[in-house]
Amino acid sequence: MSDGTPILELEDVHYRWPGRASFGLSVPSFCLKSGETVLLLGESGSGKSTLLSLICGTVIADSGKVSVSGTDITLLAAGQRDRFRAEQIGLIFQQFNLLAYASMLDNILLPLRFAPERRSRVKAPQDEARKLCQDLGLTNDVINARAGTLSVGQQQRVAAARALIGQPPLIIADEPTSALDAATQITFLELLFAQSRVHGTTLLMVSHDARLADQFDRVVQMSDIAKTEREVA
Amino acid sequence: MILRLAFGSLLARALTVGMTILAIALSVALFLGVEKVRTGAKASFADTISGTDLIVGARSGSVQLLLYSVFRIGNATNNLTWESYQDIAARPEVDWIVPISLGDSHRQFRVMGTTNAFFDRYKYRSGQSLEVSDGVVMSDLFDTVIGADVATTLGYKIGDPIVVAHGLASFTEHEDQPFRVSGILEKTGTPVDRTVIVSLKAIEAIHVDWKSGAKTPGNSTPADVIREMDLQPKAVTAALVGVKGRLQVFGLQRLINEYKEEPLLAVLPGVALQELWQIVGVAETALIGVSGMVVITALIGMMATIFSSLNERRREMAIFRAMGARPRVILGLLILEACLMAAIGAALGLVLLYMGLTIAQPLVDSAFGLWLPIDAPTLHELWVLVSVIAAGAIVSLVPAYRAYRLSLADGMMVKV
Repeated sequence: MSDGTPILELEDVHYRWPGRASFGLSVPSFCLKSGETVLLLGESGSGKSTLLSLICGTVIADSGKVSVSGTDITLLAAGQRDRFRAEQIGLIFQQFNLLAYASMLDNILLPLRFAPERRSRVKAPQDEARKLCQDLGLTNDVINARAGTLSVGQQQRVAAARALIGQPPLIIADEPTSALDAATQITFLELLFAQSRVHGTTLLMVSHDARLADQFDRVVQMSDIAKTEREVA
Repeated sequence: MILRLAFGSLLARALTVGMTILAIALSVALFLGVEKVRTGAKASFADTISGTDLIVGARSGSVQLLLYSVFRIGNATNNLTWESYQDIAARPEVDWIVPISLGDSHRQFRVMGTTNAFFDRYKYRSGQSLEVSDGVVMSDLFDTVIGADVATTLGYKIGDPIVVAHGLASFTEHEDQPFRVSGILEKTGTPVDRTVIVSLKAIEAIHVDWKSGAKTPGNSTPADVIREMDLQPKAVTAALVGVKGRLQVFGLQRLINEYKEEPLLAVLPGVALQELWQIVGVAETALIGVSGMVVITALIGMMATIFSSLNERRREMAIFRAMGARPRVILGLLILEACLMAAIGAALGLVLLYMGLTIAQPLVDSAFGLWLPIDAPTLHELWVLVSVIAAGAIVSLVPAYRAYRLSLADGMMVKV
């Protein structure tokens, strides 16, 4: 599915947590091509979350280049980075993805509120949200239910719909299946793959679970692309 | 959508948010209620007398003279002799003069002796005259006209007998000379409602058998004999005076105040009221201050609620951040929530105020003779409500800024 254009490029990135000089992360080179599905495997503490924060621009590298869709986000101002994230990246977390008090529909439409370009790609947002829900196997009667009343499996599908709406070029999923049981895991992943293929989206999934590996175009070990620095205190 | 989300978030924490809103509502109701009572009392006082140019009585304080002659609060220190009264009445500046004689009571109500001119001359609420709702004004010596509250409280009808007690809160009664209710006045919202009005001569008549404040022993004089007697009073408590021209008021006032025969005092009702406000003003300010502090306390309570909710809401803020919301949006969201709480609280406070007024109106009226009008909110009250919402926004800046800092530090990764 990949057409070879890089969607995500990290070059010579160095980052050190403020106030915690003993812990740092460096990524010499990491690249994701458009339309690829990539599984990033790593143990806990290997710097996966930090890497995701760097890619999403909520933390900024001390040096090096982090470019998403050809834009080096380290050069953007804070406000621009937030808008850029909303436009370019769909995010799915491990769990507690949703605003529990908001309706499922509002949760799905939330990123469009902060991403005008992404919003302009969706002609009828509510219909689009309903269609995504259907594609992800959610029945229409739950669409107005409060997210807090849904099961974890349903919540993760809503989170997937939220990441997919408006077709952002990159979807990042941070262990989205770890809170699901084995059967639900497989269904969820199949749906996620199918949808990202339909929309031609690049998918970067982070996990510690190597059993999922055969479903992805490519598997990358965290230890191969990144180096964590821990000084002995 | 953001507004809907803010509402949803508040609804999700309905209990704590509800408590906070209730505290704000109660404080706002208290504040507005104090204002209502204050302006109501002021208006009620100011409405009690109009059309009278001067009040004349024995020399004391102008506020005291006003209070006992018009509001039936407190007592006269001394009387105005009938000679002085006649002297003043004969002045060319004087258009009309109405004597007032106080000192006796009937149950909890004061008895006032006066002439029938009182019903023409006494005006309240910018020139309104007293009207008899039932019966007629006094025509016989032992006739009495009673105020609306006297009639409703004691259940009197036309023709009912009334025995006047000597002095105030006394056990000695003028039982030998009972009165008959000849008329009942319409409700005025003034102390007249709580007054038993008899003729000046009747006040003399019931004291025929009395000397130096005590009943003389022996047989009482029969009513028929009293009717034949000369019932010219020796003194009156005070007099209401109207002058012919506005400009003559001050001249006559000076003349009375410098009266050689007896120490007298003449006051302009409006000026005396102003003096009264100055005295009451301190208490008023204190009352407003205290109720204002209650509002501030409620708002600080809201600040505490928002603060304590921040930690459990870091996840929620992280979701907003991950979806591309700037930390500013988080700041705005929290201020919006505070404004919503303050606005709902203020609106609810207004509702509570009107509910309270509806319940309290008859009670306050019968207890204090104070009529609190139930009107649409004034511009001033709307300003109070807007200020409460604005103050809520300002107060919420503190926790909102903390949330802003937190969400900057947390980004989208909160391990909760």
